[in-house]
Amino acid sequence: MGLVFRGAAEAGLGAASAADRPGPPDAVPNPTPTPPAEGADPGSSRGPGMVLKAFFPTCCASADSGLLVGRWVPEQSSAVVLAVVHFPFIPVQVKELLAQVQQASQVGVTVLGTWCHRRQELEESLGHFLEGLGAIFSHKPWFQLCRERGSKSWSCKATHWRGPASPAASGEDQVMLIFYDQRKVLLSQLHPPMALPDRQAGDTTASAGGLAAVFDTVARSEALFQSDRFNEGPVRLSHWQSEGMEASILVELAKWAAGPVCLFLACLLSLISAASSCRVFKLWPLSFIWSKLSTCEQLRHRLEQLTLIFSTRKAKNPAQLMRKDLIGQLADALIPVADHVAEELQHLLQWLMGAPAGLKMNRALDQVLGRFFLYHIHLWISYIHLMSPFIERILWHVGLSACLGLTVALSILSDIIALLTFHIYCFYVYGARLYCLKIHGLSSLWRLFRGKKWNVLRQRVDSCSYDLDQLFIGTLLFTILVFLLPTTALYYLVFTLLRLLVVAVQGLIHLLVDLINSLPLYSLGLRLCRPYRLAAGVKFRVLEHETGRPLRLLMQINPLPYSRVVHTYRLPTCGCHPKHSWGSLCRKLFFGELIYPWRQRGNKQD
Amino acid sequence: MEDEQSFSDICGGRLALQRRFYSPSCLEFCLSCPRITLRSLTAVTCSVWLAAYGLFTLCENSMILSAAIFITLLGLLGYLHFVKIDHETLLIIDSLGIQMTSSYASGKESTTFIEMGQVNDVVINEAIYMQKVIYYLCILLKDPMEPHGISQVVPLFQSAKPRLDCLIEVYRSCQDILAHQKATSTSPEGGDKIISASNRRSHSGMGAYWHRQEDKSEQDHDPASRIGHCDYVQSFMHTR
Repeated sequence: MGLVFRGAAEAGLGAASAADRPGPPDAVPNPTPTPPAEGADPGSSRGPGMVLKAFFPTCCASADSGLLVGRWVPEQSSAVVLAVVHFPFIPVQVKELLAQVQQASQVGVTVLGTWCHRRQELEESLGHFLEGLGAIFSHKPWFQLCRERGSKSWSCKATHWRGPASPAASGEDQVMLIFYDQRKVLLSQLHPPMALPDRQAGDTTASAGGLAAVFDTVARSEALFQSDRFNEGPVRLSHWQSEGMEASILVELAKWAAGPVCLFLACLLSLISAASSCRVFKLWPLSFIWSKLSTCEQLRHRLEQLTLIFSTRKAKNPAQLMRKDLIGQLADALIPVADHVAEELQHLLQWLMGAPAGLKMNRALDQVLGRFFLYHIHLWISYIHLMSPFIERILWHVGLSACLGLTVALSILSDIIALLTFHIYCFYVYGARLYCLKIHGLSSLWRLFRGKKWNVLRQRVDSCSYDLDQLFIGTLLFTILVFLLPTTALYYLVFTLLRLLVVAVQGLIHLLVDLINSLPLYSLGLRLCRPYRLAAGVKFRVLEHETGRPLRLLMQINPLPYSRVVHTYRLPTCGCHPKHSWGSLCRKLFFGELIYPWRQRGNKQD
Repeated sequence: MEDEQSFSDICGGRLALQRRFYSPSCLEFCLSCPRITLRSLTAVTCSVWLAAYGLFTLCENSMILSAAIFITLLGLLGYLHFVKIDHETLLIIDSLGIQMTSSYASGKESTTFIEMGQVNDVVINEAIYMQKVIYYLCILLKDPMEPHGISQVVPLFQSAKPRLDCLIEVYRSCQDILAHQKATSTSPEGGDKIISASNRRSHSGMGAYWHRQEDKSEQDHDPASRIGHCDYVQSFMHTR
């Protein structure tokens, strides 16, 4: 065969493993014998009996015999096989291709060993031939994987050359085969575990955890997967593209065709709708025929719907767009709801003006406040009734903007609630101001009662000597305010609770809007449809094992759980968070200061 | 090579431990939990339906009965799919890592894989669980910052909760493989681990517990309880 292979010692070695390396030898045109190349990695300090790991792609398990091409990771003692180079090949061209790939992808791709997919007949010459290849592409360790065609028995050996001087001292290591789906590992993204927050995320040199190295190697070796065994290049490779090319062509074609097809459909529909509204079709007897055939009726119905969707004219009547006239129903429902709320408020005020919860109120103040608020409600109700004819149109125009999304609709709902409960907000402000004034007055007069004064300059309480008349009037006012406190406090309490209720409802809607805004729909869809793209880790399954054969494992991708997907890919929200803590909120409530639960950016209210 | 033994869990239920020996470097343990019994299922169903019937007699609304049926069905499906674990499997592959799989009664499987580079050690720990003190097997993970520190404790067989005899079997096999792995590992700290591994191996089963006591990483035990446990273990080992 014109190969340079070693002497009898190699033949002896070949004989020991010749039992499982037959196969038809392919002609190798003009192999150039080169000295043992520098493909050997610096030897790692391993002891004997070490188990080496070989990551083998499942797509190459049925490929014809050839050379194994991939990357050797000495720290993990593992070899990641990326492709199989088929016979016939010229070693120089193979080395050129590997050098190109190495330059393009920064991954140390080398020839790792030989792969033999044998048939039934045994051939000694192939054994020697494959041994000879080890001399051309020398690599430490040199893998020899072999598989019987049509059965599940594999055999693998990894040998170390010690050089031509002492060939008999080459040792053999046990090899563990781990099968992986190359396409899935190529597309997958490994997420580091969440439990260690101080670990660096994503090492670029691929020397972090063993599995991260495997994923990284496959992902960065795209340059190797560009040519295939079906291509007419000098080197024929087998990898994941060899089995999946046809399907991906169809998908690509579908993607390219989608845009023009949609445009074409829209034009077609407009043509059809223009043609069908032509007057010719409305003449008798054509119109009589159209009306009798139910297919034509249905087609016309569908065409009407489609033209409505694709039309660019503004709708003449807002009710035309709704099948069930939802907007009208909503507008009709709003007025009675507002009336109902106002009635309930009136009942509440009547109750407060009586003896609420058995407390005895100051009659005069009670009547004043109660009548003031009742008049306010009366104004509000008349305003609502004035607006009622226009509500439907306003609502429809406002509802149009809901086509921008559910979040816009929810925000509109929140604003409508705010507007409808405006009177509650007003009551709260009145009650809070009154209460605040009263509290300030009380505190100041209490200091006077004790003979002290607030020093504005020093911002502290100082003692002060008052005149007798000052003391007398001050004490009088203090007593009045103290006895009027329960009434004011009760009104303040009731309206603050109502206001807090409205604020809570609005807060819930805002929370929902935030949630919808920050939900990563694409990532969730990816997790649902292509779970291998987002990997939390891997899982192994032990395949059928026979004693004496190497251990075979199947490596599958463990997808990320949905909670981690949402947590990792959460979109940044533009919502505002409440600025108060619970303590400051209680303090403000006690002193009657106004509460602004959230402040929009650039929209300060007072 | 496969063999099966039966043990009991901390509540007295029967467990079956299946051990599969694929190669000297690959071992699989499968612990089967007690199945859901007809008695408990009947009891739960009857109680739910009795409560529903009681509500029905109060409210005279027949929707309650159909709602009770739906609740029972959905609750059973949810229990089988999310709560009831059929068997737990531990797969140790030398130089690759340790994989834990929990298979639920509905067939769902949830898997976690820990690479060997992150595993510091596999130990038996004791914990206070409700009113009992139980033993559990756990994996100690390495801290990337500190070479000999522990960053996390991952407990194994949490649903099956086997007793100490079962745990000892699993522990011994795990330590065999871990020792072999550390003896042949290429990492720079392989040296010290080899020494400690050989120390470990030179003792009998008692030695394993002594090693556990000497491990500096048990931060959640105060010395008093450690010594007390050690005494108990000694007597326990002597009586076996």
